Amino acid sequence: MATPLSTKERMQIARVHMPEQDPCLRACNFSEVNLGLGEALAIQEAQRCLECKNQPCVTGCPVGVRIPEFITRVAAGDFSGAAEILRADNALPATTGRVCPQETQCEEVCVRGKKGEPVGIGWLERFVADWASEHMAPPQPPPERTGRKVCIVGAGPGGLTAAGELARMGHAVTVFEALHDTGGVLRYGIPEFRLPKSIVDREVENLRSLGVAIECNVIVGKTITVDQILQEFDACFIANGAGLPVFLDVPGENFKGVYSANEYLTRVNLMGAYRADAATPVARGSTTVVFGGGNVAMDAVRTARRMGSQRAIIAYRRTRAEMPARLEEIKHAEEEGIEFMFLVAPLEIFGDDKGWVRAVRLQRMELGEPDASGRRRPVPVPGSEFELPCELAIVAIGTRANPLLSNACPGLKLNKWGNIEIDDNGMTSIPGVFAGGDIVRGGATVILAMGDGKKAAGGIDRYLRELSPNSKAA
Amino acid sequence: MFRVLENDEIAPKVHRMVVEAPRIARARQPGQFVIIHCGPQSERIPLTIADARNGTITLFIQAVGDGTREIVSIPAGGDIRDIAGPLGSATHIKAWGRVVCVGGGVGTAVLYPLAKALADGGNDVTTIIGGRSAPFIILRDELAAFSKEVLVTTEDGSMGTKGFVTTELRRLMDDPARRPSAVFAVGPVPMMSAVAEMTRPDGIETIVSLNPIMVDGTGMCGGCRVSVEGEIKFACVDGPEFDAHKVDFRELQSRQNTYKEACCRASAASSPAA
Ligand SMILES: Cc1cc2nc3c(=O)[nH]c(=O)nc-3n(C[C@H](O)[C@H](O)[C@H](O)COP(=O)(O)OP(=O)(O)OC[C@H]3O[C@@H](n4cnc5c(N)ncnc54)[C@H](O)[C@@H]3O)c2cc1C
Ligand SMILES: Cc1cc2nc3c(=O)[nH]c(=O)nc-3n(C[C@H](O)[C@H](O)[C@H](O)COP(=O)(O)OP(=O)(O)OC[C@H]3O[C@@H](n4cnc5c(N)ncnc54)[C@H](O)[C@@H]3O)c2cc1C
Ligand code: SF4
Ligand code: SF4
Ligand code: FES
Repeated sequence: MATPLSTKERMQIARVHMPEQDPCLRACNFSEVNLGLGEALAIQEAQRCLECKNQPCVTGCPVGVRIPEFITRVAAGDFSGAAEILRADNALPATTGRVCPQETQCEEVCVRGKKGEPVGIGWLERFVADWASEHMAPPQPPPERTGRKVCIVGAGPGGLTAAGELARMGHAVTVFEALHDTGGVLRYGIPEFRLPKSIVDREVENLRSLGVAIECNVIVGKTITVDQILQEFDACFIANGAGLPVFLDVPGENFKGVYSANEYLTRVNLMGAYRADAATPVARGSTTVVFGGGNVAMDAVRTARRMGSQRAIIAYRRTRAEMPARLEEIKHAEEEGIEFMFLVAPLEIFGDDKGWVRAVRLQRMELGEPDASGRRRPVPVPGSEFELPCELAIVAIGTRANPLLSNACPGLKLNKWGNIEIDDNGMTSIPGVFAGGDIVRGGATVILAMGDGKKAAGGIDRYLRELSPNSKAA
Repeated sequence: MFRVLENDEIAPKVHRMVVEAPRIARARQPGQFVIIHCGPQSERIPLTIADARNGTITLFIQAVGDGTREIVSIPAGGDIRDIAGPLGSATHIKAWGRVVCVGGGVGTAVLYPLAKALADGGNDVTTIIGGRSAPFIILRDELAAFSKEVLVTTEDGSMGTKGFVTTELRRLMDDPARRPSAVFAVGPVPMMSAVAEMTRPDGIETIVSLNPIMVDGTGMCGGCRVSVEGEIKFACVDGPEFDAHKVDFRELQSRQNTYKEACCRASAASSPAA
């Protein structure tokens, strides 16, 4: 094992490069783009960490991963020690290491980023999590049981995190998931080439070995109500996401070949339409236009490229600087030949005589005054309309709260957008019912949903301790 | 896993299946459906819950393609991997008095629970069922159990009146003693559209149950969207039943053909000449 390096020596190490699939190859397959760091590269990258006393990076992480602690162990080649720390702090490290917008979280505040490049915290996290899944036994449930039963609604990152935390505290946890498979957006939204589904399976398997029971095909609000859940369980955590697609509200939106990103990605990811043996079809076209500039738009356009579109185009109302997508996704998209049209907004979608989309009419925009979000508002440029021929159009301009659950639960206090309101402990207006993730925040991120899950688990644990001893588990 | 208790072929390619699904059976209201998914390579298939009792649900399934064929091939004693539901809004039942229920093809299966709920709700139900020929006429006896009258039409005249369901509907509408105050129609889009056009001039309230292509059935994908009075509605949550006089049937028909046509388009798109 190497002797500890001096700060000066550490400062001289440059950030490693993530090995990637060649852009020309990967634009035609669904295998993961990033290949992961090997042990040597991981150790090298870990040695760049300065082990700062005040640990600014940790405050940048919504679940408070003890970043320098685990990285120090990686630097020392103690991967299982690193994994123990990660597993204790983060229920889905193989996932967050891949999909967290690190540049606006842990890595944004990393001291090394002040002069040069931050430590590749996400890449190291991914490395450790992948290493652990190959070399370590899955985590085991704690021997001490509390006798309390908790129900989790939704098997997305928010729900799975809460489930893991609560199971580790010794509660009996059951997850109800509406779809036929787990993972939420991790499964149906984020494509295989960014987050292999075998990783989601593995993370879910880890939760199962912690004793978490997962029941799919249970739609809370339809199959069972929150009231009924409270008769069976001592507490409940709602993390049903924000899965209601928003459409453009322009003429022609119901032509064939116009998809919401949710539908397009669900067909390809959850239903496997990219595989030859899947029954679920998806329309293809030589030119695809995707409206939006976030991660969802980036996933949709890169998927369309892989599904055979020679031209796969992002049409975004603002400029590159305002795009909310992860930096790495934008970079990867550019390398894969995705075209970017900035400062354009759709006015109308045209169809052919068979009802298939054949073109979209766009209008050029310019940036005006900042809006409520602080980003400069796009303003239409009169007379700048033009037509862009295409065979597929995908709408990725956002989602809203799905009212299926809340409609069947009148006691649940919502805000004006239909998102669930919670207090500082994560509890809703109904005692014992907690909520978090996209259903509370609107569309956010994996790690924020996980942070909510972790916080709510703490809130639920305190709530259960204050309950009278006779549990529903009896 | 959901245990199949019964599976009988009641007409050519039409199966009646009884499946154990206690939670769904308990929550189900008439007009609602389930989505069945048989395995990792399968589609999600929406099917109306014809009946729910004692922890079981009854389905009538016409095997029209791979997905439905896979489902009906599961014998009694076998298991269905995924059943999600009950989905969709319940039928809005009120006392209309005299109603006519019209079912075409496998739409008759969707019609059955609707007609029964109307009869249970105190309405005087006349049922018209239509099909290409006699073997395609399904659920006649089941519907007769609560209908005042069941009228059958076949295109080739091999059973009942020769012609379409609209032939009988016209007769009922023209007979002051049998004229309905509401019409419920379920079947192929052209049939529902024809019924809507027939009742529109007379202003007879007409409800149809729509069957667009679905994926999740929970409002997540928007694939099932239909235009109702120019507004986008998701059939899986806002429907499947809608006011027939407000539905854009042409668009619905076109969208239903998406995947019949999509493969031709794809091959045209990827050929070097294109
Ligand atoms: C295509 C796409 C790409 C993204 N990329 C990134 C990224 O790179 N990085 C990042 O940080 N974030 C990304 N996001 C955002 C991120 O995925 C979400 O913020 C996050 O998944 C929210 O987690 P959640 O647990 O709140 O909800 P979800 O992941 O939406 O999970 C909710 C779960 O609840 C289930 N459910 C819904 N209703 C019910 C009900 N009534 N009963 C039972 N179950 C129900 C759903 O089926 C789903 O499984 C992306 C989102 C999308 C759509
Ligand atoms: C709310 C709802 C309730 C339904 N209830 C029933 C029911 O109780 N019993 C029943 O037998 N069927 C019902 N259907 C129709 C059933 O879902 C379709 O027949 C089935 O999805 C076809 O799938 P497939 O793989 O077998 O056939 P595919 O190979 O997909 O298609 C075969 C043929 O069926 C047509 N088709 C495909 N999808 C649909 C659809 N959603 N509706 C109508 N035609 C379609 C295709 O255009 C094609 O001509 C219902 C549909 C909906 C939306
Ligand atoms: S979970 Fe996300 S924010 Fe936290 S350390 Fe890992 S990559 Fe950074
Ligand atoms: S801020 Fe950067 S350098 Fe400092 S401890 Fe965290 S990861 Fe290491
Ligand atoms: S089927 Fe997906 S929204 Fe209706």
